[in-house]
Amino acid sequence: MRGETSGHAVLRGVTRVYPGANPVHALGPIDLDLATGEFFSVVGPSGCGKSTLLDVLAGLNPPSSGTITFEGNPVAGEVPDGVGVVFQEDASFPWLTVRDNVAFGLRRIGMDGAEIARRVDYAIGFMGLKDFASSYPAQLSGGMRQRVCIARTLVLQPRLILLDEPFGALDQQTRLLMGDELLRLWRETGATILLITHALDEAAMLSDRVGVMSSRPGRFIDLVDTGWTRDRDSRIVSEAAFGVITARLWSSLRTESMKAMGRT
Amino acid sequence: MSRAARIVWTRWATGLSAVLLLELACRTGLVPKLAVLPPSEMITAMIALLQTDEVLGNVAQTFSTVALAFAAAVAAGFTFGTLLHGLPRARRAIDPLLASYYSVPIFVFYPLLVALFGLNILPLVAIGFLAAAPAMLIATLLGLDRVPHVLLRVARMHRLGWGRTAILVILPAALPNLFQGIKLSLAYAFIGVIAGEFILSSGGLGYSIAFAYESFDNRTMYGLMLFVLLSAVLSNALLSSWEGRLQRRRGRA
Amino acid sequence: MSGTSLQRPSTRWLDGLLIVVIMLAIWQALYAYAGSVALTAPWTTFQFAAELLARPTFWGHVQATLSAFAWSVLIAAIVGILMGLWLGAFRFAGDVADPMLAALYTIPKVTLYPVILLLFGLGPSAKIAFGVIHGMIPVVLFTLGAVRNIRPVLLRTARSMHLSTPQTIRFVLVPAVLPEITSGLRIGFSLCLLGVLIGEMFASQRGLGFLIINGINSHNVKLTTAVTLIIVISAVASNGALLALDRRLHRTA
Repeated sequence: MRGETSGHAVLRGVTRVYPGANPVHALGPIDLDLATGEFFSVVGPSGCGKSTLLDVLAGLNPPSSGTITFEGNPVAGEVPDGVGVVFQEDASFPWLTVRDNVAFGLRRIGMDGAEIARRVDYAIGFMGLKDFASSYPAQLSGGMRQRVCIARTLVLQPRLILLDEPFGALDQQTRLLMGDELLRLWRETGATILLITHALDEAAMLSDRVGVMSSRPGRFIDLVDTGWTRDRDSRIVSEAAFGVITARLWSSLRTESMKAMGRT
Repeated sequence: MSRAARIVWTRWATGLSAVLLLELACRTGLVPKLAVLPPSEMITAMIALLQTDEVLGNVAQTFSTVALAFAAAVAAGFTFGTLLHGLPRARRAIDPLLASYYSVPIFVFYPLLVALFGLNILPLVAIGFLAAAPAMLIATLLGLDRVPHVLLRVARMHRLGWGRTAILVILPAALPNLFQGIKLSLAYAFIGVIAGEFILSSGGLGYSIAFAYESFDNRTMYGLMLFVLLSAVLSNALLSSWEGRLQRRRGRA
Repeated sequence: MSGTSLQRPSTRWLDGLLIVVIMLAIWQALYAYAGSVALTAPWTTFQFAAELLARPTFWGHVQATLSAFAWSVLIAAIVGILMGLWLGAFRFAGDVADPMLAALYTIPKVTLYPVILLLFGLGPSAKIAFGVIHGMIPVVLFTLGAVRNIRPVLLRTARSMHLSTPQTIRFVLVPAVLPEITSGLRIGFSLCLLGVLIGEMFASQRGLGFLIINGINSHNVKLTTAVTLIIVISAVASNGALLALDRRLHRTA
């Protein structure tokens, strides 16, 4: 455990067991301290419970045991104010334009129209969607639709952003560029970020720390400090440290992945 | 010419050629004149009939019956579809019934409905309702099934309550399927009512067509028939064009 | 789709039985409410139906309906599938025809009955025609869709395995289109029955539809209710069998 006794978000002894005739022990026990403003990635074999971890942290699913706190307050039952989530699948509303999609959350909390317009314009500009503000998601590529979802979360000015394999459906080059976008977002907002990804290079490149999860039930078997500076971008792939980090991640992960594959 | 334009052009050309062929066949006696009227005469007959009070009264009667059956079917189908979607066990039990529903010729229930409601407009509304409601129910179930789960999680992230999630997320997501249900409901209500009027002889356009047939009044028969066919096709085309606009914005979901 | 679940099969059977009991209870309640002028009680109906099934004159009517039905299914299936195959294979023709067929589907075909009677006269050929115009369109539409949706990668796979054209058709194309065509045939089956029965209700001296309308006119409530019961049970049973086939084929798709 790190020096701080209370991080921005803290999980203690968190497990998640899916009930039923044959209960499935999907996650845990997990202990995690997210420092304020850190970029933390989670990697692990498929089916290890990465997405469950995100669900539990966001308040979308209750833990079967253990506690979760966000900014000192317990998380239970609903998504806390200040937490934003970007999901794996395309979650843009197909019946709304890009602009209306991004404004969706702000309209629901009754924010004043001028303020909404200001924030929406900023987010749309920030994510490079200005030329498509009046388009519908169906007219956009997969990567752009994910940017819409990120913008929609951005306008809420969340202090903790959870991303569940947001770039999984994209090709490698687009993913690298989106990674740069994510870093830019991170620096500008100063938010704490938890990124779930199956791509080791993505985790190695983007994060301050990477947590390696075991196969199901997922527990952290390694926590890697990358030591990157805050102003990094995708060009650090050329540095030697990048290879070292990625290699370490894989060596921790390899046997777990084989286990998961044998199981499935 | 773009492909889409060519398709539309070919469609119109095929339709018009068919009509022209029929016209020629009738005029030259290939098709016996006692059997089928040339389309041009059908059109003139229809226009003349639509100017008579009697026919306008029939039109009003049939259209209002259809409207009642349609409205009731959409409301009931949507309500029960939503209800059933939230009760998985009940839905599983009723599923085989729904799957076989349209294999039953519901017209066999006419005598029962007449005996229950009397020889008035109600058995017809009932038949239209019985024909249309299940289509709306099935479409509602399908539409609700197809709401992507991730959108529900987005709603939870925005901390929308039950009601707002239903109105702001579920309903718009299910709309394409709901719209198909509405289209089908209108068509089935129309079919049910007209067939009912035919068989039950209780007034309206269906009855008038049957009466004209039995009175050897081909002009009236074909004029009314053309009107019924055009009404069915045009109402469906109108709804389809709305649906097309909806789909084009959202992409083929 | 409610689909499979963790519910044990025994509870599913129980739920199904419960539904049947509920329907019988509703029937009995309707009888109590409306009296024997509207319908006959369940038990009496079952008894009378058994009685009917023992009469040779009844089977004469059954045979009239069944033979017209069988012919209409055969014609609707063959012509429908051939048309569907052609329209599916030739993209342009298919795109032109698709909305036209959909429009034809929504027309109340009963309005065309007088035309068919004028062209075919009063007899079994008219009934067969009724059945065909009802049942053919779904067969065409589903076949068209099935052919159109053949994934090109399947054809490329066949070529990469050096299959001859007859082999490709037999081992790749036919299995690929069979599930959807079967669905279309199932729906066409039900609609052919509907068409034949309505035709008999409207203009015939033989057949089950005639028995129903005859029963209405002579106020023979026992007869109408019993014949209705027999028709409903046969329709649901045969549809159930086709559904099982349909589902099995789709599972392998």
